[in-house]
Amino acid sequence: MSVRVLAPGLLTMLQDGGRTGFRHLGVGTSGALDAHSHAIANLLVGNAADDPVLEITLAGPRLRFDRATRIALCGAQIDARVDTQAVQGWRRVDVPAGCELVLGACRRGARAYLAVAGGFAAPIILGSASTDLRAGFGGLRGRMLATGDVLPIIRAARVVAPSVDGIAIATWWIDPAPDVDFNAPKVVRVLSGRDALAPGDALFAESWRVDAASNRQGLRLQGPALSLADVRERISEPVAPGTIQLPADGQPIVLLADAQTHGGYARIGHAIAADRARLAQLRAGDVLRFEPCVPAEARRLAAEQQQRLARIALAIAARAPQLRSVIS
Amino acid sequence: MSGWSVEALGEDALLLRFGDCIEVALNQQVHRLAARIAARRPPWLQDLVPAYATLALFVDRFALPADIDPLQEAERWLRAQAFDVGDVGDVGDAIAIPGRLIEISVRYGGEDGPDLEDVARHAGLSMDEVVVRHCAAEYCVAMLGFAAGFPYLLGLDQALSMERLDTPRTRVAAGSVGIGGAQSGIYPRQGPGGWRIIGRTDLVLFDAVRTPPTLLAPGDRVRFVDDTVTPPATKRAAS
Repeated sequence: MSVRVLAPGLLTMLQDGGRTGFRHLGVGTSGALDAHSHAIANLLVGNAADDPVLEITLAGPRLRFDRATRIALCGAQIDARVDTQAVQGWRRVDVPAGCELVLGACRRGARAYLAVAGGFAAPIILGSASTDLRAGFGGLRGRMLATGDVLPIIRAARVVAPSVDGIAIATWWIDPAPDVDFNAPKVVRVLSGRDALAPGDALFAESWRVDAASNRQGLRLQGPALSLADVRERISEPVAPGTIQLPADGQPIVLLADAQTHGGYARIGHAIAADRARLAQLRAGDVLRFEPCVPAEARRLAAEQQQRLARIALAIAARAPQLRSVIS
Repeated sequence: MSGWSVEALGEDALLLRFGDCIEVALNQQVHRLAARIAARRPPWLQDLVPAYATLALFVDRFALPADIDPLQEAERWLRAQAFDVGDVGDVGDAIAIPGRLIEISVRYGGEDGPDLEDVARHAGLSMDEVVVRHCAAEYCVAMLGFAAGFPYLLGLDQALSMERLDTPRTRVAAGSVGIGGAQSGIYPRQGPGGWRIIGRTDLVLFDAVRTPPTLLAPGDRVRFVDDTVTPPATKRAAS
């Protein structure tokens, strides 16, 4: 079975759990920016948590399904309908053969994730199906979706969605708070970096506006210009998603999943892993604050997030209806 | 453990620091230690990333028990290996520098190297002399970064050193060989870039579906070979 792209949306591409092991060759990790939403979307349709999904940015695509299947939308709150029926996020939706999924604007948050039972078929390149937009490989030939693309779907190995004539929307859903919560204050916790600011707490004293030039590589922030305690030239050193860089203009950049592997700017901090989903959902114009954090706390928060995800996985498994095995 | 200090790089990586400047000797220490760590690669080591004077160890925290601090574990492991200064330093150099010698054919000047003339003028040399000097040096791949497969090459004849363009080009052809400050580099893929482009190679520096995907690895050595086809009626000249 497959999905045909009738309209691609603003920036829609295949992403999975990301790519590791090749940073020494200059290959970044890529992967879903909001890994938490990505995982829940997959779990809802019976996939492995890190299977490839469509990452949808701000405005969604129009897609046609050639067979009945089960889908789930997580992450940003996005306008969505199947043919004429409005559908909501964070739940299972069974859709009939030939239907059209029309995704509109993200109302809150910036990135929505569409998972399809069985998963999108994409070649595993350097250990991942993720699209690396900067290097031009992975996903669908290294690029975002375009009109006319056909995305093959792997036949669900374990379960198949009921072959419905109409649309069946589950009556239960997953509450992703606090990991994804558009009503919560936009606060991101930060470990100290190598390079100190003057004054030392300047990053935390201000609030920061997300610049429109932000992308999957980095979230560019606007605010009062920050100054380094030591202004000597730096040489390039390894960086990672979460690293907060400070270029000469004093406006910080928080690196995201498409981060380059090395950078020469000062590193004034690192956004903790547990807050990356929050970063991924920020849009141009949003205002955020940073709070200081320490490694033990960051590890505790990451472990708690993993435990919440594990509980969600159990809850979804407990909800599994009479599922049929694939007969092939 | 001596010769380097240990820092955290976020939650998941240790950064081993040999120094904070660009020097061939420091960089070779980085590659020697990287080779030794790679030879005993522990299962939690997700990525081992050399830079000029630092080496990052990215730890897969899910490969370790939940109650273990991944960075403490990585540091404990490093100490237990008892790597010492003889493993990385200038003394005891019976240990060969890891890395292969790769030759890269380049067409210099013309459309392939639009900045060759400016580099020659800046250096006070003829364009031929720039090519001779660029090909005479043996370079070390200090690291791959900026883009997949982009090598930062140390060893440039310092007479050829020239700052980057004030305004980067929006489009540099794949395979373009450039000079950026005191270094040389090669663009694997067409894209924007600010280095002074003096030539171009047909070799493919990055191909994700090739094994290995990059032409060069960190620690390799590089020589450029002049492959310019000069029409008989013309000759490169400084002016």
